[in-house]
Amino acid sequence: MGSIIAGLFGRYIGRAMSQAVTIGGMVISAVLAIVVFFEIAVGDGPVIREEIFSWIVAGDFKVHFGILIDRMTATMLIVVSGISTLIHIYSIGYMADDPHQPRFFSYLSFFTFAMLMLVTGDNFLQLFFGWEGVGLASYLLIGFWYQKESACNAAMKAFLVNRVGDFGFALGIFGIYMVFGTLDYAEVFQMAGTDQFPKTVDFIFFGAVDTITLICLLLFIGAMGKSAQFLLHTWLPDAMEGPTPVSALIHAATMVTAGVFMVCRTSPLFELSETALTVVTLVGAVTALFAATVGLVQNDIKKVIAYSTCSQLGYMFFAAGVSAYSAAIFHLMTHAFFKALLFLSAGAVIHAMHHEQDMRKMGGLRKKIPITYAVMMIGTLALTGFPYLAGFFSKDAILEAAYASQSTTGTIAWVMGMMAAVLTSFYSFRLVFMTFHGKPRDQHAYDHAHEAPWSIRGPLLVLAAGALFAGWLGSPMVHGDWFQSAIMLAPGHTAMADAHHVALWVKWLPFGAFLIGVALAWLLYIKLTTLPKILAETYLGIYKFLLNAWYFDKLYDKLFVEPAKAIGRGFWQTGDVTIIDGYGVNGIAATCGRLAQWFKGMQTGYVYHYAFAMIIGLLVLVTVYS
Amino acid sequence: MLSLVTFLPLAGVLAIIIAARNNANMARMIALIVSLATFFLSLSLLTGFDSTTAAFQFLEESEWLPAYGITYRMGVDGISLPFVLLTTFLTPLCILASWESVQKMVKEYMIAFLALESFVIGVFCALDFILFYILWEAMLIPMFLLIGVWGGPNRVYAAMKFFLYTLAGSVLMLVAIIAMKYVGGTFSIPDLMNAPFGFNLQVWLFLGFFVSFAVKVPMWPFHTWLPDAHVEAPTGGSVILAGVLLKMGAYGFLRFSIPMLPDASRYFVPMIFGLSLVAIVYTALVALMQKDLKKLIAYSSVSHMGFVTIGLFSFNQQGLEGGILQMINHGIVAGGLFLLVGVIYDRMHTREIARFGGVVNVMPVYAVIFMLFTMAAVGLPGTNGFVGEFLILLGAFLANKGVAIVATTGLVLGAAYMLWLYKKVFFGLMESEEVKALKDMNRRELAIFAPLIILVLWIGFYPGPFLEIMHSSVEQLLVQSNTIKAGIASVAMY
Repeated sequence: MGSIIAGLFGRYIGRAMSQAVTIGGMVISAVLAIVVFFEIAVGDGPVIREEIFSWIVAGDFKVHFGILIDRMTATMLIVVSGISTLIHIYSIGYMADDPHQPRFFSYLSFFTFAMLMLVTGDNFLQLFFGWEGVGLASYLLIGFWYQKESACNAAMKAFLVNRVGDFGFALGIFGIYMVFGTLDYAEVFQMAGTDQFPKTVDFIFFGAVDTITLICLLLFIGAMGKSAQFLLHTWLPDAMEGPTPVSALIHAATMVTAGVFMVCRTSPLFELSETALTVVTLVGAVTALFAATVGLVQNDIKKVIAYSTCSQLGYMFFAAGVSAYSAAIFHLMTHAFFKALLFLSAGAVIHAMHHEQDMRKMGGLRKKIPITYAVMMIGTLALTGFPYLAGFFSKDAILEAAYASQSTTGTIAWVMGMMAAVLTSFYSFRLVFMTFHGKPRDQHAYDHAHEAPWSIRGPLLVLAAGALFAGWLGSPMVHGDWFQSAIMLAPGHTAMADAHHVALWVKWLPFGAFLIGVALAWLLYIKLTTLPKILAETYLGIYKFLLNAWYFDKLYDKLFVEPAKAIGRGFWQTGDVTIIDGYGVNGIAATCGRLAQWFKGMQTGYVYHYAFAMIIGLLVLVTVYS
Repeated sequence: MLSLVTFLPLAGVLAIIIAARNNANMARMIALIVSLATFFLSLSLLTGFDSTTAAFQFLEESEWLPAYGITYRMGVDGISLPFVLLTTFLTPLCILASWESVQKMVKEYMIAFLALESFVIGVFCALDFILFYILWEAMLIPMFLLIGVWGGPNRVYAAMKFFLYTLAGSVLMLVAIIAMKYVGGTFSIPDLMNAPFGFNLQVWLFLGFFVSFAVKVPMWPFHTWLPDAHVEAPTGGSVILAGVLLKMGAYGFLRFSIPMLPDASRYFVPMIFGLSLVAIVYTALVALMQKDLKKLIAYSSVSHMGFVTIGLFSFNQQGLEGGILQMINHGIVAGGLFLLVGVIYDRMHTREIARFGGVVNVMPVYAVIFMLFTMAAVGLPGTNGFVGEFLILLGAFLANKGVAIVATTGLVLGAAYMLWLYKKVFFGLMESEEVKALKDMNRRELAIFAPLIILVLWIGFYPGPFLEIMHSSVEQLLVQSNTIKAGIASVAMY
């Protein structure tokens, strides 16, 4: 079934195609995805496994293209193809003025193809294939408006930061092959549970380290890059230079969640290493909190949502870290709906404001664009965990699992997650209040604001329905053993099961966090609108620190980019030109030249010069041999 | 058969001399037809090739100078056949690429090119050391002329540098060859593979070969001739230089150093790995700072060849096959990139990166093709570059994790300089009038790239047939390299 999906898109790539072709393809794949989902997840069908053809064979090394669809993949298929279809439709309206539409739609479809490859693969190399494919699509789409210098730079940055992650991922794959002799999921996971492989391995200067921990950490570096986790997060906010549908599809709903998917997919490995799980938990928790703090002060409407994405991905990771994989995937799904909704409604706002993204120039828009306001509100409530909306089920499940895990790191993650929840609710409502409430700050733009066409409104309404009900519909995922063989839990890792039995106050605390956040936002942005400015001026240092996202960009620039350039120039001018060419190649040539001059000087042609030399030579010889 | 493939281009040279006295078009046509004929003839080698055996096939032998034990002996195995095909494949493309850009002394240019093809094929087929050496040196002459006559403004310096660099290396190789004959009693390459050389002798022989091959690869720090040669050479010359001539050094390691001198080869692994890693990182950083399109790609070649040498000396099937495949890939990708630079050079007569910008607006097809080759150079899955690099790094990881880790950073740096180049040339606003006046590629140019593009994707998605050709020969090579030839005492020393 999946092969049909993959094949379908294979045919469309690279063709200059009309919207109809791409959207037609997308709808078919979405329908197929739903069929697959019902077959496997609802109808309890068997896991599909098929090998299509062998890809690389060298010695003992064999990899093939294949398909694996279990309940986790089926869930991902729904998310990817469903949201992708909606965004294709949305783009008709949003990109209506753009002269390069065929290019845009072919990139989008290519992305969807690569993403489907990523989730349906049955081995690590195919995962890597899709992984790099979505990376390329992301690069192309961020840089879609290539006339903009900033867009090109953002695209490059995204590609390079991801490459740093891939560096770890690739090494992880090499490690898996070295230890298990295969890259097939089923074989690797089966062997991982036994004793048939070396438990420790020498790793450069670290000495002997635990094999599984090493592999998991290397893979996790890849996940950090793709999912914009702390330290490798810098590309995601810049990626907002791309068109808004792209931000929604790639940088919110699907591609960035690939890292979470990978960690959940490889749960049989991660479960065997407490160290790796601890690292995953901590990185996730730090990202959740860090990104939320930065989100507090951003003025670009898309950047706020971008940091929010970063933060929510952190939630998913620490869920995986406390072995609550099902909660991670559940949150991944609900997040895909409400975050795509938020981005697309932000896009509708931007569209209405004639490509203005600065929230300081908006305000009072709720009267002009009521539908957008309504769906944006639904998205915000879903994100912040208002009871019985999407986020309420999934985010609370994660927080409860973290609390129930009873480990130190789990508790740390829970505390940080709670703090981040307050901040989330604050910055989300700050966004809504600044954009839709109060008085218009830019009267001219306000007057010209208009509601978007139906191609934009339609997908918004569908996604709004998703944000309303996805949590309620999906909640069986976190109960019992819904994912079956797709997830493996080590004995003792019962955080998810225990999460349902936590005390009542733990269950309702996130709602408290929500209320505090809303109240603060209301206070600062509706009631006392002069206060934010005073606060920013009083605590200028902190404000700037947050506004510049903790100065990571500057730090990396100083730490990596500039030295690399300086060293490159040094190697070239000093190493190649001066030393090797100067002293080596041309130096030898010059020396030969001088020697030749010298010898030439000796051929004087005067007999007595030669005679004199001969006598000297004779004397030397006699002295030496006598 | 092999001789026919090898000397058909030389026959073409004669035909040009006789038929195309002052007729440039005639010379072009003859060169194209001959090179295409050679290509199809070499394809028939492929159909007749038996990939289940590691033995040399299509053997030809006849007495040449019996008094000195020199024989005319030719043959191919799974290691040399891909290179023969690569050569015959790239030559017609180069001739097509030179169709309009070479306007002075067309006849002589075509003659030099066909002669070069002949010698290069000969080098890959030769199974007698003296024959090999003669062809190896003979090949320098047409290449020297291509750079020195049809090159850019600084061509004479570049040609001299190229010639002397390589010649200096070959002299030591000649010494090593004579020493081998002295000890092993024959110039026959297959026989010498079984000759027992003592460890100390192996070390000296290895060093003798090493300099010669390292210059050709080129390995750091013997690489400085390459950027100059590339920048000055005409497009066709650059393509053949990057595509084929660079492969001869690595081919030398495969054919001589590893099977004949296995103990010394293993002994020198740390040195090779060290130099290769320096090459990967150092030249990638240098490439980052280049202002000239061709120079950037030339430095990236050095970096890529660093991967290849790591693969070859990882002494396992993945590394070796990856190394050989990556040489083919590099021939296709670097060849393609130089051709692409040639396309824009023909239009703007500059290679200075800063003078471009916004080219995608006027040359969209060109931009797409350039993107494909950029991605192949970066090693994106689905392109041929990925398969080669992945196998090499996998092999390196099995051999030495530290080396693999440092080498993998090359992936990040490689992406950095290629994307930077792409951004500067294609994206941004069109500022200069020259760029605005550019025209997209014509049919002749598209015809050149079509086969290259097919190969990039084919090897990327289904490298099976390509790897299959080399399986048996590589296995055999591994067996040879694992036999310890030296006596017990010297093994202890190793």
